[in-house]
Amino acid sequence: MNKRITIDPITRLEGHGKIEIFLDDKGDVERAFLQVPELRGFEQFAVGRPVEELPRITPRICGVCPTAHHMASTRCVDDVFHVEPTPTAKKLREFIYNTFMMEDHTLHFFFLGGPDFVVGPQAPAAERNILGVIGKVGLEIAGKVIRIRRECRDILNHLCGKVIHPVCGLPGGVSKGLDEEHRVQFLETAKFAVEFAQFALKIFDDVVLKNKEYVSVVLGDAYKMKTYYMGLVDSANKINFYDGHIRVVDPEGKEFAKFKPREYLNHVSEHVEPWSYIKFPFLKKVGWKGFVEGKESGVYRVAPLARLNASDGMATPLAQEHYDRMYKTLGGKPVHNTLAFHWARLIETLQAAETMVKFLEDKEITSPDIRKIPTEIPTEGVGVVEAPRGTLFHHYKTDEKGIVTEANLIVATINNAAAIAMSIEKAAKAFIKGGKISEGLLNMAEMAFRPYDPCHACGTHALPGDMPLVINIYDKDKELIKQLKR
Amino acid sequence: MSNGAFEPKLVGFLCNWCSYTGADLAGTARMIYAPNIRIIRVMCSGRVDPQFVLKAFAEGADGVLISGCHPGDCHYQEGNYKALRRAKLLSRMLEQFGIEKERFRLEWVSAAEGVKFQQVCNEFTEQIRKLGPLKMNGGKDEQKQA
Amino acid sequence: MSKNKPKVAFYWCASCGGCEESIVDLAEDILKVVEAVDIVFWPVALDFKKKDVEAMEEGSIAVSFINGAVRLSEQEEMVKLLRKKSQLIVAHGACSHLGGIPGLGNFWNKETIFKRAYHTTPSTDNPQGTVPMEKSVVDGKELYLPRFYDTVYALDQVIDVDYYLPGCAPPRDLILNAVQAILQGKLPPKGSVLSPNKSLCDDCDRNETKPEKLTIKEVKRPWEIMLDPEKCFLAQGVICMGPATRTGCGERCIEANMPCRGCFGPTDQVLDQGAKFLSAFASILDTNDEKEIEKIVETIADPAGTFYRFSLPKSILRRRKMEAVK
Repeated sequence: MNKRITIDPITRLEGHGKIEIFLDDKGDVERAFLQVPELRGFEQFAVGRPVEELPRITPRICGVCPTAHHMASTRCVDDVFHVEPTPTAKKLREFIYNTFMMEDHTLHFFFLGGPDFVVGPQAPAAERNILGVIGKVGLEIAGKVIRIRRECRDILNHLCGKVIHPVCGLPGGVSKGLDEEHRVQFLETAKFAVEFAQFALKIFDDVVLKNKEYVSVVLGDAYKMKTYYMGLVDSANKINFYDGHIRVVDPEGKEFAKFKPREYLNHVSEHVEPWSYIKFPFLKKVGWKGFVEGKESGVYRVAPLARLNASDGMATPLAQEHYDRMYKTLGGKPVHNTLAFHWARLIETLQAAETMVKFLEDKEITSPDIRKIPTEIPTEGVGVVEAPRGTLFHHYKTDEKGIVTEANLIVATINNAAAIAMSIEKAAKAFIKGGKISEGLLNMAEMAFRPYDPCHACGTHALPGDMPLVINIYDKDKELIKQLKR
Repeated sequence: MSNGAFEPKLVGFLCNWCSYTGADLAGTARMIYAPNIRIIRVMCSGRVDPQFVLKAFAEGADGVLISGCHPGDCHYQEGNYKALRRAKLLSRMLEQFGIEKERFRLEWVSAAEGVKFQQVCNEFTEQIRKLGPLKMNGGKDEQKQA
Repeated sequence: MSKNKPKVAFYWCASCGGCEESIVDLAEDILKVVEAVDIVFWPVALDFKKKDVEAMEEGSIAVSFINGAVRLSEQEEMVKLLRKKSQLIVAHGACSHLGGIPGLGNFWNKETIFKRAYHTTPSTDNPQGTVPMEKSVVDGKELYLPRFYDTVYALDQVIDVDYYLPGCAPPRDLILNAVQAILQGKLPPKGSVLSPNKSLCDDCDRNETKPEKLTIKEVKRPWEIMLDPEKCFLAQGVICMGPATRTGCGERCIEANMPCRGCFGPTDQVLDQGAKFLSAFASILDTNDEKEIEKIVETIADPAGTFYRFSLPKSILRRRKMEAVK
């Protein structure tokens, strides 16, 4: 008897997504597919546009992480025009970028991924949301979370025009500078951000790490996957969200590749399947071996845990302490446990906050020298940043007038597409056996992909915040025989 | 319609003081010219809003003409220069929509130039006949009918 | 769930999620409002399904906020369903109002977009030429994807829309005012855009710096000059869509020292935003000589893509002629 289980839609994915699970005659999971039924065509309609407009067009790929696209695009446009931004512009951009990372990661932890985590996988659905988190750790937190989010977004509004779809990036610099009055004001926020990040890590420690049952789920096999890991690092191989080389380590933690943005085509390729509109990136030098893990397969992962695995450490001292602690607790590098993404995310939040302080204490950041006018003929460029959800590649070619002739984008979460599909299949196989389907399954399937924070998180988990899941079970005559809802 | 061959649908925006009068002259002199142009009288070529041109194309015109007074002779001084500037930019933009440059014309026809008007109409009609129908559908057919 | 609270739904089509984020940005302010309504459908956050909407009575949803443009069959089906079940439909954000950035896809079609995404992008490794299919069979299992259209549609080209919340993304004040107006039943006439009917220039701080007779001698792209943070962009020769764009955004981009790109769409009296801007801009070019005009016009980098940056699907021509798409 063949059975088909449809989970439609899943949420917190760029637009839309659905999962199809197929059972074999024994009722065990034979295959599971994560389908992304959405495509808009940015790589094509960028053609014909003036290249300096792409930093204002590409953020519309994602309204949750528009700053990531804006920055990757701006850096790409720098490269297209062969122009280096002024030192102040560089500092401003990196400050803006870390502010954004801090805010975005915070949002995810408290409103999305966090609740499952903080309240626990076995908790009733009704408690797995921000209200449950507050109930567990106190009302004071809600106030702090809202405050830090608002203050960070105020910084972005001030410097970038709009936090949803920033506009300030230009080749050679930024359009608006920072004055002393605001530097002082923002420094207050940055210092509070450091405090807050440490506070979040403490919550994590108290509520999650001290809970043996939960730790065992984190370390369990259902959520473990041995893959390659990719992230941006600086010259000392420490994590940098804004600039650097792309570094890849293998499933045993050894450096496999380190390359400059312009060399990305030698290393990253994308695979196409007929059942999804998104493509599946893989390491070119290893090859596409299917949706399998391990050293022989080109599947790799990005985003917080991957970045920590791919680097030799954090770039800031307080975050570094937590980095050391995480690896010590989880048994050394690299860590393959998918749920550890949540922990790594908080450690990155701390680095982002510390970096915000660092730039605001640098007096050069208020200099009016924020732009250099390009003088070279534009040709082609690549810009890479680490979006909260992973490595983001923008690549543009233009004619001599700077009109785009070709564009290629590999968008953060997409790097994880194969891994997410595999995580879901793995979890499904672990929890659905003999045709028995239960509420627990729904929970566990959610947990398989939410650590990746698939791009497009809306943020309010403040309402009856379950993930919508309906499982339809059809018999071989396509009759609906059972439906599980949550 | 002659022999089922394609008959271009042309729309012409003619300014009152010069071009429309010139067209009238062609008429009263019984000049024969291609009947394909549908004339709309405006007070000045500078009155022609680009939206009119786009609407004409969207609603089935295969070619659009704006005709005004010669430079320097505009009844309202500067109107035809505005028309000239707009027409140049509009022409460039229409190409981005896949509408060939030849389908949109700006001409100067004075009140005395009945002959010129006849020539413009004949020439424009033949040119568009060769180009073929525009078929600017606008994606209207794709959605399912409710 | 109180029976007396008005029911509200949110849905997203071809969207980036920025409009959803704009709702979250109201967080503190909207808490009172949230208490006053029942959210019955919000795929990004809640567990209600399409089936639940299908089971609702017609007109039982007081208002549905729909963002995103329509370019997949699934989106068309969903918005038609919501239209049946809702008393009011609000087109939320530039994409549903005008087509938005995804509307730029109307310079292309399915074939060219697929070709680029799945064949010619340099990182794509696809020797067998696989493309996503509406129906595919893998290991004997059937899988389905919604149909991808050649053309992108704004919401009112698919269903009847009652109100429009403009912007990319709409600013919080506008959303708050709109929600309050709906809850209090104090709405303007059907079909209104919920933002003042004036152009951006009216509210812009830089308006006073416009010279008595504004003319443009040379057109400059934003990267070519140092942008004066106080002077009108048009007076600097930089294209700014302000004259053809509705106000209400707070001039956020202008304050970050970048010119307006028109995301609020036109005022009530204008059918086609891009054509109106073209008209205004061309009119102020500072020359009457045909050759010189041609020269200046050549320097305008991308007329259609700039003037219709957010509004291509709602333009009079709607899209590039299909046969001309290669």
